[in-house]
Amino acid sequence: MGRARTIARRSFLISSAAIVGGVAFGTYLIKRPIDNPLLADLTDGEATFNAWVKIDADTITLIGPHADKGQGVVSSQAALIADEMDLDFGQFETSFGLPSNAYWNTAFAEEGAPFMATDEGFVAETVRSALGGILKVVGMQATGGSTSMADSFDKLRHAGAVARETLKLAASKQTGVPVAQLKTKSGAVILPDGTSISYQSLAAVAATIDPVQDVTLREPSEWRLIGKPMMRLDIVGKSTGTLPYGIDLTVDGMVHASVRTNPRKGGMVISFDASVAKSMRGVLNVLEIDGGVAVVADNTWRAIQAVNAIDVEWGEAPYPDEMDAHWQVLTDTFTPDRLDRKWRDDGDVDAGLAAGSVIEAEYLSPYVAHAPLEPLNAIITVTDARVVVWSGHQGPGQVQNAIAKVTGHDTDQIAFHNQYMGGSFGHRIETKHIQHAAEIANQMRGTPVKLTYSREEDFAQDFTRQPAIGRAKGTVANGQVDTIDMSIAMPSVLASQGGRAGVPVPGPDASIATGAWNNPYAIPNFRMQAFRAPELAPTSSWRAVGATGAGFIFDSFLDELIHHAGADPMAERIRLMDHDASRIVLETVAKMSSWGGELKPNQGRGVAFVESFGVPVAEVVEVTATDRGIRIDKVWVACDVGTVVDPINLENNVQGGVIWGLGHAINAEITYSEGMAEQTNYHAHEGMRMFQCPEIFVRGLENGHKVRGIGEPPVPPAAPALANAIFAATGQRLREMPFNKFIDFV
Amino acid sequence: MQITVNGELRNVDVEDNMPLLWVLRDELGIMGVKYGCGIAQCGACTVHMDGVAVRSCQVAAATAVGTEIKTIEGLGTPDNMHALQQAWTEHQVAQCGYCQSGQIMQAATLLEMKPEPSDDDIDAAMSGNLCRCGTYPRIRAAIKTAATKMQEA
Repeated sequence: MGRARTIARRSFLISSAAIVGGVAFGTYLIKRPIDNPLLADLTDGEATFNAWVKIDADTITLIGPHADKGQGVVSSQAALIADEMDLDFGQFETSFGLPSNAYWNTAFAEEGAPFMATDEGFVAETVRSALGGILKVVGMQATGGSTSMADSFDKLRHAGAVARETLKLAASKQTGVPVAQLKTKSGAVILPDGTSISYQSLAAVAATIDPVQDVTLREPSEWRLIGKPMMRLDIVGKSTGTLPYGIDLTVDGMVHASVRTNPRKGGMVISFDASVAKSMRGVLNVLEIDGGVAVVADNTWRAIQAVNAIDVEWGEAPYPDEMDAHWQVLTDTFTPDRLDRKWRDDGDVDAGLAAGSVIEAEYLSPYVAHAPLEPLNAIITVTDARVVVWSGHQGPGQVQNAIAKVTGHDTDQIAFHNQYMGGSFGHRIETKHIQHAAEIANQMRGTPVKLTYSREEDFAQDFTRQPAIGRAKGTVANGQVDTIDMSIAMPSVLASQGGRAGVPVPGPDASIATGAWNNPYAIPNFRMQAFRAPELAPTSSWRAVGATGAGFIFDSFLDELIHHAGADPMAERIRLMDHDASRIVLETVAKMSSWGGELKPNQGRGVAFVESFGVPVAEVVEVTATDRGIRIDKVWVACDVGTVVDPINLENNVQGGVIWGLGHAINAEITYSEGMAEQTNYHAHEGMRMFQCPEIFVRGLENGHKVRGIGEPPVPPAAPALANAIFAATGQRLREMPFNKFIDFV
Repeated sequence: MQITVNGELRNVDVEDNMPLLWVLRDELGIMGVKYGCGIAQCGACTVHMDGVAVRSCQVAAATAVGTEIKTIEGLGTPDNMHALQQAWTEHQVAQCGYCQSGQIMQAATLLEMKPEPSDDDIDAAMSGNLCRCGTYPRIRAAIKTAATKMQEA
């Protein structure tokens, strides 16, 4: 166990960005049940059986604590509970709940452990389990890392089963019929004579008994909802403009605010002149905030106009002013003292390189912005006694901490009401905008303040994806891939996040190499080293995090070697694959795409495989080189999530992930000049548009042993599959994103 | 000034150059129309002006006087959805959904002008509407379904 313990302590850094240290992790604390937060404001006649289910005489409420950024997790969480409770869609309401330690995310620990996802051995599982305990004690409630289904799958079904059995016991007490003779159906307990007693009418009795804890979960063959196509609960609201996002809420007496903070992110305000702004119509207040200025007005547009009219002298950026210097830092990072971790050293790499003709290549992956379509916003009311917050956010506890630092309230005085989000992609794990809203509201105690970032402010303050450089050498032998010696340099996104949260981040950062080291190939000689660059411009989790850069670097180089070996890109990947579920993913996408079939003139196909977040994903991209540029015709995707909770939602998330990966690989990057991002709005950082969008065919497989999420894993293979396809069609290798710097797209 | 929104004449006291987007959202509380970029690059603020899709972030309040403005709320309601909205729910187009009001309003103008749009027609009409979640394949399918339904009706 010595080894396991060391690893556990070191890999604790994965989650430390969201944790304030100094907690003891005894077995007692880990095993102790956590209080049900729904008990706090329960009224007479209301029953709650655990942190996820509440019933009164009128309404059944299911709590889904994972935030919905668009990935559909409100519906998926509800389905897990409803399946066990015999509830139909339409019979209950949903809520994100209030922040609570009860909603700790166990699955983050799984992702944080430094083992290949395909490693299900004793040590790997022991460490994952230990990390889960730690996260339970610190109560890290967060949505991210494609963990929502992994975290929820057993917990929420169990919560539903407890509710069902407790309601049956309540019905038994009320009617005298033994529990064993009771059934449940469509939101009611059914007596042997067919009489139906609605759950709501049992709430008062159920409230008086202890929840039944000894329950049996249903067999997959008994599932009514899980695995079947579902109609998302939010679909009508989102198709009629009636579902409110955080930015759409209004509170009585609310004022509108907008901010401008130093576009040299993290820099200071030297001086400012707000005389013009103060005279503008509707302006109520001009305030200084941390690193910037704010205007409070009676209308969002007036606030934005006025804040833009403030003349500000900004301080220096805490990172290099010009882009060349950023790349130079990464270039200088491949030194022994910057080695973060050697993730893999199989076979004899040096002998392998000496034995053949060495192929070398270098790859670049740039800064990219999140830019979800709903700009950052929050409504906050600060009074002496409490703080109330409305916003869409991935980390409720982080929202409370950010506000507490500004206002001095205890976190239990801060009520956070999470909202549906107009996208996030990792943008809404950050808390600067929450801090800004709190600073304004704190200076205007008693008045509800709605802060809305302008799109330009949202772009200027984006904590982007971290940039990466990959260097690789390799050899082939006898028509096969023989040796890969790969090094990847990135700044640590965890260190950047930890720095803002005031939490030190020791040890290696798994996100530098994930997407490269963990692909379950058996390459005879394979070395994979991660180098940690000094911090540059601030970065944060961008959909699929490091795996987007590392996956592009790894699979692109593998493809180059396969071509040098004269092998078939699909057959050689399948031959090298050392993990059954992953091999089936490749074989499936080969079948779906009729790999090896005839292509039209100027067409080319590329395949890529990247495992991230425990999900093996293979994608085939088909392109045509037209006289106006590359046209992406079709994409086929096979992935394995262990259990598909909702096939329609899986397809939608995979299509979206592919489009996200392709769109940004084609045309998006953030570059710095004079310390400021040069891209200020979508015209300069577009992503994919309708006319570029290929047909995308998706298969979700279920051969894996664990339930996994699908929000992020489809992203990493998209860019290398496109680059590999363009090579097949044109002979041109694209080793740097975005590709439109080197080739035109239709 | 007075602006007609979803068939109703509304009084507003705003600057001539306040974008219609903000008149609708902050002065009239019509929140189906969304702020995305402010510079006509994303289409989230698309509404109809005299029956044609426009970016409301680029229409000055004074310009809207004397016209008929229709927002997503005026196109259909949850109980009485427009054929496009029905198709949007059948195909489960939305992920985050933030762009979809604008997408649907843009698609409504497309079908007015081209009741049987080809893929190229759809690309041409819809490429100004950004969807960061990547729901384009479903938008295409939903437009075709709605076109068929509207032809049959």
